[in-house]
Amino acid sequence: MKLPDLTELALRNLRESFLRNSLTTVGISVGVASLVAMLSLGIGLQQLASRRLVKSGLFDTVVVTSRRDLRSMGREEERSGPSPGESRILDEAARHEIEHLPNVLEAYPDIRFITELRFDDKPHLTMVSAMPDSMKSNDAFDGMQGSFFTSDTAPEAILQKSFAEELLGKSPPQGAQEPAVSELAKPLLGQELTMRYAQRETAPAQTVPLRPNDSSVAGASYSVVSREQKLQIIGVVDLDPESMRGPTRGKVFLPLKLAEGLRVMQPTDIREIARAGSGEPVYSSLSVRVKNPAQVQVVEDAVKKMGFSTFSILDATKSLRQFFAVLDLFLGIFGSLALAVASIGIVNTLVMAILERRREIGIMKAIGASDGDVQKLFFAEAGAMGVLGGIVGVALGWAIGQVINLGTNIYLRRQSLPPEHFWAVPWWLVLSAIGFAFVVSLVSGLYPARRASRLDPVQALRYE
Amino acid sequence: MSSSSQNIPAPSPVAIRSGNLCRNYRMGETLIRAVDGVSLDVPTGEFVALLGSSGSGKSSMLNLIAGLDRPTSGSVVVQDRDLAKLSREELAKYRLHVVGMVFQSFNLIASMTLAENVELPLRFAEVDRAKRDALVTEALERVGLRARMNHRPSELSGGEQQRAALARALINRPQLLLADEPTGNLDSRTGTEIMNMVREFNRELGMTVVMVTHERALAERYAQRMIFLADGKLVDDERNVPAAIPAGVRGNES
Repeated sequence: MKLPDLTELALRNLRESFLRNSLTTVGISVGVASLVAMLSLGIGLQQLASRRLVKSGLFDTVVVTSRRDLRSMGREEERSGPSPGESRILDEAARHEIEHLPNVLEAYPDIRFITELRFDDKPHLTMVSAMPDSMKSNDAFDGMQGSFFTSDTAPEAILQKSFAEELLGKSPPQGAQEPAVSELAKPLLGQELTMRYAQRETAPAQTVPLRPNDSSVAGASYSVVSREQKLQIIGVVDLDPESMRGPTRGKVFLPLKLAEGLRVMQPTDIREIARAGSGEPVYSSLSVRVKNPAQVQVVEDAVKKMGFSTFSILDATKSLRQFFAVLDLFLGIFGSLALAVASIGIVNTLVMAILERRREIGIMKAIGASDGDVQKLFFAEAGAMGVLGGIVGVALGWAIGQVINLGTNIYLRRQSLPPEHFWAVPWWLVLSAIGFAFVVSLVSGLYPARRASRLDPVQALRYE
Repeated sequence: MSSSSQNIPAPSPVAIRSGNLCRNYRMGETLIRAVDGVSLDVPTGEFVALLGSSGSGKSSMLNLIAGLDRPTSGSVVVQDRDLAKLSREELAKYRLHVVGMVFQSFNLIASMTLAENVELPLRFAEVDRAKRDALVTEALERVGLRARMNHRPSELSGGEQQRAALARALINRPQLLLADEPTGNLDSRTGTEIMNMVREFNRELGMTVVMVTHERALAERYAQRMIFLADGKLVDDERNVPAAIPAGVRGNES
């Protein structure tokens, strides 16, 4: 029998005992739904976790330093690359080169300095840090009041919570409840700050040699000029100033390009200038952001080849993936249990169908159906139940996921936490769930189909 | 193997030949000799009646000729095929293309319409979908059921059901029509109607007919030869001049 005929006959047979076959199909649906629900929970949690990790910025950043620094750390034995004396200088050209490596999003210097900020005519000495635009998506800014920098060069500032308290003169006594960020932000947003800082200016003429005794600065010289910069407060954020994330270690944050343009005198300047022997800016270190935590190693290798030292927190997603592979496996096994029970339902339904349709099978054989025809017909019925059950089951599983997602998010919102997406049903899961249901139902149909095909037509025709 | 290539070979003068054909059943401890050493030849185109009381082995004999059952010993050769030597697959093909069967209880599939019942052998024979409709309509037309083609068997009278069964039996143009008590469940009028059709196919299509019956009168009206079985043995083989109304003068047909 050809496939279209087979399908047609199988479907009409399924319609004949509609209730029983529907119930069996529902059984398969429930099995598939539980499998899909379990696996999509696993996948969803995995995606959530890796999204979190990527957002934290801890695992997708490589810190690049010039190899010369190694010597100063007293690690003479580490000489895998070019000798420190010949290694490259981390200047603008090197930054440009690193930024154009594959998988690199950006490379930015760590600009951090202590300076004086005036607010309400009162001076406050604090740590200022430059922040790249890409930090906007960092989860550290999830609870920020106000808004992120309008541009990378805007004269704007975001304040750390404790500095905001300081500006307002609200230093709560130890142990008292801390004021909410929103409370602090209200009087500060839109206000103006004046930052006084020391600007480094390359002097064309060697008028004021800063360190006349140091022979190595022979050609380089610069002057330091006091400057002021007005800044508008646009945001207040509750960050941990002791965090590992480089750019967030500060109390006042400026846009990166603005900070770079200011050319603020930094403690490391003297050493760098001494080395470069020119007026070009030289970086003590660069933070390199990689597109994906999995590519950190590749980028590190590429940067090392250029002659720099690198540092990164090991790819934590690797062990995370391993963990989730095991979790998915267990969830999958639990999900499959229901499907296994459902497959017994298929066997039961088809064996019943053989008893009921014994005479029909005898008739079909008498008018010329081969063993193969009968076998294929039962196979087709099992397969059809599997595919139908699979489709309904995937829809059901998806719906269950949506409901749980919704419920969880309502709960999260009540706890004033941001909503999350725990559930993910990717296309490959949809297709493989239906395929799996189909295969399981065919395997279930194996025995009934064989039994039906071996039926003796003479006896089957005698059966009433 | 397509249906046409099976039907083409020139009919051998002997349609059915059985040699010392035996079929034993085991029922618990006792051995039942349903068919016990039957040897007979049926020439092509003959209308044969197999007669005997119930349990005489006539139906078992028919099942052996139909390829639904296999002999315990001896041979049955139909159109030069030794059925005992065919594989299960080949036997199915033989039933599909060489034999058409009608039964006492009609054996239509209840969940299918008449058209679908008649179409079923065409599906097994993998006949093109496009050709099937015409063949089914033609077959149902021949038995006068074209108007009823979309009805289910339960909506029809016994005579109509048996006519549909005849249409199904003939759809693959078999050389052999086997009928097992075809009028057993019908009143005499509709029984005559069915028998007239069977005889018509026998005469017009040159089809060999083997009919199992326990009614001697029915056999005498239609069969050219009457074979009597008792306890599985052939006890008598008589030639007969059918007494029925000659073809063309079928006054009692509706």
